[in-house]
Amino acid sequence: MSLLITGGLVVDPAQDLEAPQDLLIDGAKITALAPPGTIPPEGRRVISAKGLVVAPGLIDMHVHLREPGEEYKETILTGAQAAARGGFTGVAAMPNTRPVNDNAAVTRFILEAAKKAGAARVYPVGAISVGSKGEALCEYGDLKEAGAVALSDDGRPVTNSLLMRRALEYAQVFDLPLISHAEDLALRADGLIHEALVSLELGLRGIPAAAEEIAIFRDLTLAGLTKGRLHIAHVSTAGSVDLIRRAKAQGLKVTAETAPHYFTLTDEAVRDYDTNAKVNPPLRTAADVAAIKAGLADGALDAIACDHAPHTPLEKDLEFEAAAFGLIGLETSLGLSLKLVHEGVLTLSQLIALMSTHPARILGLPGGSLAPGALADVTLIDPHRAWTVDIQSFASKSRNCPFNGWNLKGRAVMTIIGGKIAGVK
Amino acid sequence: MEFRRKDLLGMAELEPEEIRFILDTAASFKEISTRSIKKVPTLRGKTVVSLFYEASTRTRMSFEIAAKRLSADTVSLTVAASSVTKGETLEDTAHNLEAMAPDILVIRHQASGAAQFLARRLKCGVINAGDGLHEHPTQALLDLLTVREAKGRLDGLKVAIIGDIAHSRVARSNIHAFTKMGSRVTVAGPPTMLPPHLEDLGAQVTFSLTDAVRGADVIMMLRLQLERMGQMYLSTLREYSTYFGLAERHLKLAKKDVIIMHPGPLNRGVEISAEVADGPHSLILEQVTNGVAVRMAVLYLLMGGGEKG
Repeated sequence: MSLLITGGLVVDPAQDLEAPQDLLIDGAKITALAPPGTIPPEGRRVISAKGLVVAPGLIDMHVHLREPGEEYKETILTGAQAAARGGFTGVAAMPNTRPVNDNAAVTRFILEAAKKAGAARVYPVGAISVGSKGEALCEYGDLKEAGAVALSDDGRPVTNSLLMRRALEYAQVFDLPLISHAEDLALRADGLIHEALVSLELGLRGIPAAAEEIAIFRDLTLAGLTKGRLHIAHVSTAGSVDLIRRAKAQGLKVTAETAPHYFTLTDEAVRDYDTNAKVNPPLRTAADVAAIKAGLADGALDAIACDHAPHTPLEKDLEFEAAAFGLIGLETSLGLSLKLVHEGVLTLSQLIALMSTHPARILGLPGGSLAPGALADVTLIDPHRAWTVDIQSFASKSRNCPFNGWNLKGRAVMTIIGGKIAGVK
Repeated sequence: MEFRRKDLLGMAELEPEEIRFILDTAASFKEISTRSIKKVPTLRGKTVVSLFYEASTRTRMSFEIAAKRLSADTVSLTVAASSVTKGETLEDTAHNLEAMAPDILVIRHQASGAAQFLARRLKCGVINAGDGLHEHPTQALLDLLTVREAKGRLDGLKVAIIGDIAHSRVARSNIHAFTKMGSRVTVAGPPTMLPPHLEDLGAQVTFSLTDAVRGADVIMMLRLQLERMGQMYLSTLREYSTYFGLAERHLKLAKKDVIIMHPGPLNRGVEISAEVADGPHSLILEQVTNGVAVRMAVLYLLMGGGEKG
């Protein structure tokens, strides 16, 4: 099967390309990229991308698919479908499942289930420590052989600095990046939301920005010591952005991501004790939001990843302190991120780099480019299509999204994975 | 003035006129408690359910007496905190209660926002009798009434609130309450117990008890939760009481007619000396008396008593 995508604006930061081009896909590969009208359409299925952006398939490098173990919240199938619906051709699945993905068998299970699902690609992230307990190193070689693309104890930060040092050292044998969930658990204590005026007024225990920044500083220092490859997950504070910016200036091999909710919402979203806005790290202040945007624009931050964290009413329809942390984002991430382009914070090309090129590069994935020979993972985006977020229409099994009813501008209209059309809107 | 609220969840949401109206209503109800037959038929046929997820003697009894003096039927349920996690969810409890058609639900819960959680889901009125660290509005109202009776006004008074502000719903409600009524509030305590942004609520902040009580018309001491010691909020009780316990010598710094308040229960010798607690400036028992009047007023107004009042 040959697909010809015509008349679109091709945006491919990997080739520094932003121009009207036609794109030819043969089988699972991109075979040609040429000026409009120059590739003959005969014998090919032609997809008109007039008015659309043709981007390398979006990759969300931080999601929780809950399988194995918590299939009532999400499965690899529903999560991968939600991803495709949101314009993602690939997602990196965090290892905090039950059991934890700390060995090759679980990694293989995830990959097999993802293959069966036939939606977005799933790239398993292996655990840093056995059971993510922070005590012993996992078999990184085995994990890599099985298909793991990175290592993380996401959700359960590595509190032991020696273990983090050893992990940063040992992972270099296998060229796997360490994804740090940076949080000083003792300082966070039993905090529930960002420590500021809203936490004071609502009587909800605060989580100071320092709980994140201290942990980031430690991991940056260890990255300097070990020359290891470090990626900081879900950056939420202005101070964190500064630390990462400075570390990059010093030449450390560090990358970082933030999530749409950290540049879209502040702690004011929790005012009504809305448990869908209860997330860790917590929603911060307007100054932090501004710093996150600046970090995305100037390259301090490398990626946008939504930290898709499905929970059901069992975990969310509770009094605030008892509710679980986390929100889902796969089906709103692009729409929320496009706001940054509409606001003039980012260029379209920067956005695609943050949502495709960079995540692919950080994780060493085959996607992230539309150059001939590349994997035919393509996302067609209508940057101006107005739509309303409706949680009932989500492909995800869960509904814990604080953006229900929001009017957004721009969304994915077609997701092509390995040359196959996975979702049309 | 009409009072048209379904629920009383916190002082933050009340307008000064509403507060004044509740206080006036409470003042007029006070007389009932001095009669030989302390009962009026105002709320006959109404049902007040009290749901206490936290231990409380004063507040629970105060609500119950208030409801009975207005002839409402009362049911009081005390739920051990631990059963929250293993038993029924608050959501289910709410719906079960709804099915029994109470008119007012009085709730105390260890989770901030629990009263609002129920108010949003129930057709009946909800009164917050203390939710986590958030608010305890009837306590603030009875404190306002007590001060207004003693001083004849609230406007322009200097009110010092001293102790563990971070963990005190009484402090939060009172900062809102007194600030709205024109008093100047100063809070004092060790910085471990003073969360950031208190200034944004309109309070002055100091680490010095003596600075706080200097020139004060009202000194309100908060109960020190003894378990805070194990949580690194303070060193020892001895040192806490040395620097943040109210003693006779502090009263000289305050206004001559200063009044001393405490929401109870007291730790005599920790946050307040026995001489001060039981001395001539103390209105601690008057607070308890006013608690009944204020809760009568709130029950009455939420059940429609304030309409065209």
